[in-house]
Amino acid sequence: MISTTGAGACHFALVGTPNSGKTALFNALTGNRQKVANYPGVTVERKSGALITPSGRKVTIVDLPGTYSLRARSPDEEITRDVVLGRLAAETQPDLLLCVADSTNLRLAIRLVLELKHVGRPMMLVLNMIDIANKRGVEIDVEKMSAALGVPVVTAVAIRRGGTDALLHQIDELVANRPESVAHSWHAPSTAELRTAQREADTILRATVKNPPKPDNLTTRLDAVLLHPLAGLVILFVLLFVMFQAVFSWAQPLMNLISSGFDALGALAHNTLPAGILQSFIQNGVISGVGSVIVFLPQILTLFLFILLLEDLGYMARAAFLMDRIMGGAGLHGRAFIPLLSSFACAIPGIMATRVIDNKRDRLTTILVAPLMTCSARIPVYTLIISAFVPATKVCGLFSLQGLVMFGLYAGGIFSALGVSFVAKYVFWRNEPSPPFMLELPDYKLPRLKSVALGLYTRAKAFLQRAGTTIFSMMVLIWFLASFPQAPANATEPPINYSIAAWVGHAMQPVLAPVGFNWQISVALVPGMAAREVAVAALGTVYSIEGGKQAASAIGHVLAGKWSLATALALLVWYIFAPQCASTLAVIRRETGSWKWMAVTFGYMLTLAYIAAFATFHIAVAMGAG
Amino acid sequence: MSRDSQIVKIQTRSPLGRALPGFRGRIDAIQAAEDTSVLSADELERRLIELGFVEGAIVEILHEGIFGRDPIAVRVDNATIALRRREAMAVLVT
Repeated sequence: MISTTGAGACHFALVGTPNSGKTALFNALTGNRQKVANYPGVTVERKSGALITPSGRKVTIVDLPGTYSLRARSPDEEITRDVVLGRLAAETQPDLLLCVADSTNLRLAIRLVLELKHVGRPMMLVLNMIDIANKRGVEIDVEKMSAALGVPVVTAVAIRRGGTDALLHQIDELVANRPESVAHSWHAPSTAELRTAQREADTILRATVKNPPKPDNLTTRLDAVLLHPLAGLVILFVLLFVMFQAVFSWAQPLMNLISSGFDALGALAHNTLPAGILQSFIQNGVISGVGSVIVFLPQILTLFLFILLLEDLGYMARAAFLMDRIMGGAGLHGRAFIPLLSSFACAIPGIMATRVIDNKRDRLTTILVAPLMTCSARIPVYTLIISAFVPATKVCGLFSLQGLVMFGLYAGGIFSALGVSFVAKYVFWRNEPSPPFMLELPDYKLPRLKSVALGLYTRAKAFLQRAGTTIFSMMVLIWFLASFPQAPANATEPPINYSIAAWVGHAMQPVLAPVGFNWQISVALVPGMAAREVAVAALGTVYSIEGGKQAASAIGHVLAGKWSLATALALLVWYIFAPQCASTLAVIRRETGSWKWMAVTFGYMLTLAYIAAFATFHIAVAMGAG
Repeated sequence: MSRDSQIVKIQTRSPLGRALPGFRGRIDAIQAAEDTSVLSADELERRLIELGFVEGAIVEILHEGIFGRDPIAVRVDNATIALRRREAMAVLVT
């Protein structure tokens, strides 16, 4: 199948301005023959794929981050520059640059093409979304444009079947007799060179593109409402409310299904395997460990469904526009809004979503504060303690006291996140200017089912692969700590009390005593590191209550008799801040590419948790709740 | 030079960062001072040009945010760019 002409497989690099439909074209060309990985040493996502041309030649394509210029200004754009210039040692030199442009918005793309010509590699310009341009009455003289630019130009409709046929034939022709690369003469253009290039681009466009007398104004009309100073914000918040509802309620049936599936699997393992260490490992270590993470997949996918739809629609840039000023007050970038929102479901997709923030510092701040958002795993812990200790009375005859405490815990998370980002920005990084908010607002486009589905599939795969492997090893470690050494045969206490976890808990207890925690809480915090809600089951275990999660009300009853209100409140406040989630820490390590930022997150959250719980405990004791 | 450009010279040019929604005009110059933005004047100028803000382009302010009328959404030929008023001060329009 693979042609031997042209020294084996041909390697293309896909470049283009943001919103040029580059990813859609990449999807259309490579289908599901895609691989998502990271570039070595950086957290920029490397998407590559392969296609077979009509005549049977194999071409590999790498999809580069969108950019307006090769003057790299973010880690993403540095990758684009280095791959295009062939400076990345680990990366194959591209044989051809495939430059993608949105046919309805060519000004900036043509300037980029003029800059790319200095790279000295063979190049082809793909006028994507030609159907939309034609429908709007835009006429493009492709041949004349090709002559003016000095590179082959071909039109395409990435999202339509057969929309890339002409492109594929052109690729075939180019691969068959492709010109050699010449030495590059690229240097970062000066303002004068940029001006000249933009003027040249404008001249070419005037000569080759005829715009309709009456421009399409659907986007303008939609924006009149969606970007209205007040109505726009209201619509954004309604949208967010629906998204929250979806994440918490639509995903629930599926989550129940997954969790009962894993329970059944655990029971099966329990019944088939002989009692002992192997049974415990398979049932408690592997099955319930992996299950407790996979159970969040429906929530994560629901969230990503919304994010992908809004992104494809072109709304995401608008959300950043509407929120920029509000977020800016706390030292966050407008684009940090969506990742932080996602973190209410789970910090893991939230942290993964910070990739949309191009500045490294802004992205890091967002990653650092994302775990402070109240994630869904805290809910079981909050519910248990609140229902056991906070009386179900009404405040002012209207609000339930329990609801108010819950609301206070959420608000505590949000305000501490804003506070931490404020401190990070204006105290630690005040000398490092973050780039200003400058963003193209693309025209609205109807999302395509296929591209959304493909996006969801890639996210699900990445979540299961990435988080799965790290989380799995953490789970095994925690199971080991909670199971060894094993309880003696004549044990009177629950087995966990003989384990390393109990030993760690006892060792931690003197440190945690000032915040009002007894040794049982300290022990429960250790397995709670795997996932916050595991602490509930662990408390059940240390207080020898049978039935685990189902017995939540029973646990609450016992706790109400054993803890003081001050201890309970201190534990609630502890949970707002404490870095009680090994998987989040693992994802931070992955996304920042360094152990340092994982340690920083762990350290600052633990410090905050300790101080806040200490203050809460002592204030509560002073007020007579001890 | 045509009469148009003479009129341009007579009119006082003003920064885009002070204009209100509905304003429509032509870019006369991109002039950033060192304290216009956190970026250096040269870098800000390059970024503005890369987003299509060059002399002669037609700009129109379409929208603004609710707090401090910031940021603004500007139509530059047939693209819409969002930016803060602070950076838009470097775009002089007539």
